[in-house]
Amino acid sequence: MADRTMSKGQTTLRGIVLAVGAIVFLFPFYYMVIGSLQAKPDPTIAGAFPSIGNLTGHNYAAINDRINLFQGLANSGIFTGGVLIGTMVFGLLAGYALAVLQWRGRGVTFALALLVQVVPFQLLIIPLYVLIARDYGLADNYLGMILPFFINSTAVIIFRAYFLQLPKEIFEAARIDGASELALLWRVAIPLVRPALITVVLVTFIGPWNEFLWPFLVTKEASLQPLAVSLANYISNVASSTSNPFGAMLAGAVVLAAPVVVLFIVFQRYFTSADIGSGVKG
Amino acid sequence: MTDLIEAPAAAPPPVRSGQARKHRLFGRNPLGILFSAPYLLFVLAVFAYPLGYSVWIAFHDFFFAAPGTQVERPFVGLDNFVTALSDPAVIRSFGNVGIFLLINVPLTVVLSLLLAAALNRITHFRGFLRVSYYVPYVTASVAVVAVWIFLFNGGGLVNQILGPLAPKPSWLINEQLAMPTIALFVTWKQLGFYILLYLAALQAVPKELYESASTDGAGAVRSFFSVTVPGVRPATVLVLLVSTVTGANLFTEPYLLTGGGGPNGASASPVLIMYQRGLQQGQPDVAAAIGVMLVIVVLIIAWLQNRFAGGND
Repeated sequence: MADRTMSKGQTTLRGIVLAVGAIVFLFPFYYMVIGSLQAKPDPTIAGAFPSIGNLTGHNYAAINDRINLFQGLANSGIFTGGVLIGTMVFGLLAGYALAVLQWRGRGVTFALALLVQVVPFQLLIIPLYVLIARDYGLADNYLGMILPFFINSTAVIIFRAYFLQLPKEIFEAARIDGASELALLWRVAIPLVRPALITVVLVTFIGPWNEFLWPFLVTKEASLQPLAVSLANYISNVASSTSNPFGAMLAGAVVLAAPVVVLFIVFQRYFTSADIGSGVKG
Repeated sequence: MTDLIEAPAAAPPPVRSGQARKHRLFGRNPLGILFSAPYLLFVLAVFAYPLGYSVWIAFHDFFFAAPGTQVERPFVGLDNFVTALSDPAVIRSFGNVGIFLLINVPLTVVLSLLLAAALNRITHFRGFLRVSYYVPYVTASVAVVAVWIFLFNGGGLVNQILGPLAPKPSWLINEQLAMPTIALFVTWKQLGFYILLYLAALQAVPKELYESASTDGAGAVRSFFSVTVPGVRPATVLVLLVSTVTGANLFTEPYLLTGGGGPNGASASPVLIMYQRGLQQGQPDVAAAIGVMLVIVVLIIAWLQNRFAGGND
């Protein structure tokens, strides 16, 4: 797509801007891995390169001693899994109804789904805490963790956008053949929007997996805390009592970040500007 | 499972008038209501009701009581707002978030548009660059905060590179620099999302506009300002809104990067103060009042942004 209006100098400049951008975005991740493998923290410029004598896996054992990494991963997995189930079942049903079915209240429901995206979560913290942790007694409980995130509204909007792209004739033909709406959804519509399923899993996954504030408020019990919460508690309270606090902190960070980074690299073609654009603009 | 849900739809034999009435009441596919019911219920229970409850708490004398006990929660008018506003820490936190937004929002708009426009024009390495730009966005704040602490602490790599130019006291424990460092962190972390938004918007700018601009003799810079910038204006309004709302929600970063809003509250955010007043010190009513004020401020900013950046469409 080389265009005539661009001189050679401008093309070079663009390349430099993009490359500097990539370095600025990626270097902290590289440095996270390097730092997690250093026997002694080496913040000098030379320390940014791996040196054989200073490499160790000990930091991973050290952080695992303080916060149970496997338990944390399992809790993050349960929290995320619950939200994924809610979104893939009820979010998909709502997206399908919004795109394909004609019913009273459709416009209002869609407007609500858009509005929910700009409701500032900070206004909800206090009432949600009062309701869920106090009134319903769901503090230190997976249900209490999952509930505020159970159905992702962005996912509803992405599902709707994908179902809208399906030609109307498919549905009419199937209805004439006597297929029920549920059979239609299951056998005709869902197989046609398979890429949307992966996009929605990606978009939904990062919410609960990375969430800190809400599970931090409702879990006091260490054995129930998702990894993001237990690592944050380690960083803010106990890091100083470890011999190599930076190494242990960064080892925990690698374990927390790795699943998401791998997921997004493997499935990168399902997370594009078109998906996100449809998700946010409706 | 299938039978259960189909049954009511299949049961009544097609009676013309009943069918027509049903259509008038519920629409042509009443099943849509059933399909959306769980989501609607969710939105009402987790967003609508708590939103109203939050405003109610802000105007009442509300405190945590043992579950099951009946306590009186008298209406106290604006008392909670007065308590909040006479607390210097609250005022300071609003100022802090103002500093944050002044750095974060313009930087986000300019950098994400520039990088998206550059990315949109290349064919090589496009996938790789796109992924590397959004990796910080998809990673947990808690994980990347750890590496920023390592980079920006007193003896960290950033200060090693700066040598004698390193600020004293260092970034995160310096009253003047703590909030700007957090603003930079959040800009870096969220930028990939806004780049994706702008990439989507750039696809919609008609190619012919660039062609006619170049026939008119406009260079790359001219056509960027006269075609690209106006062409993506709706996306810019969205980026302004989302980055402002995200900034007002700031909590994790001051909680972890600056050890709870330090030094001396120089990086405390309103949400951090809400957490301290509401849940740590047991004044949920004052915290709810802070939340209501914060939302009003955000609404005013969003309205101003829309007014001045939104154009006439």
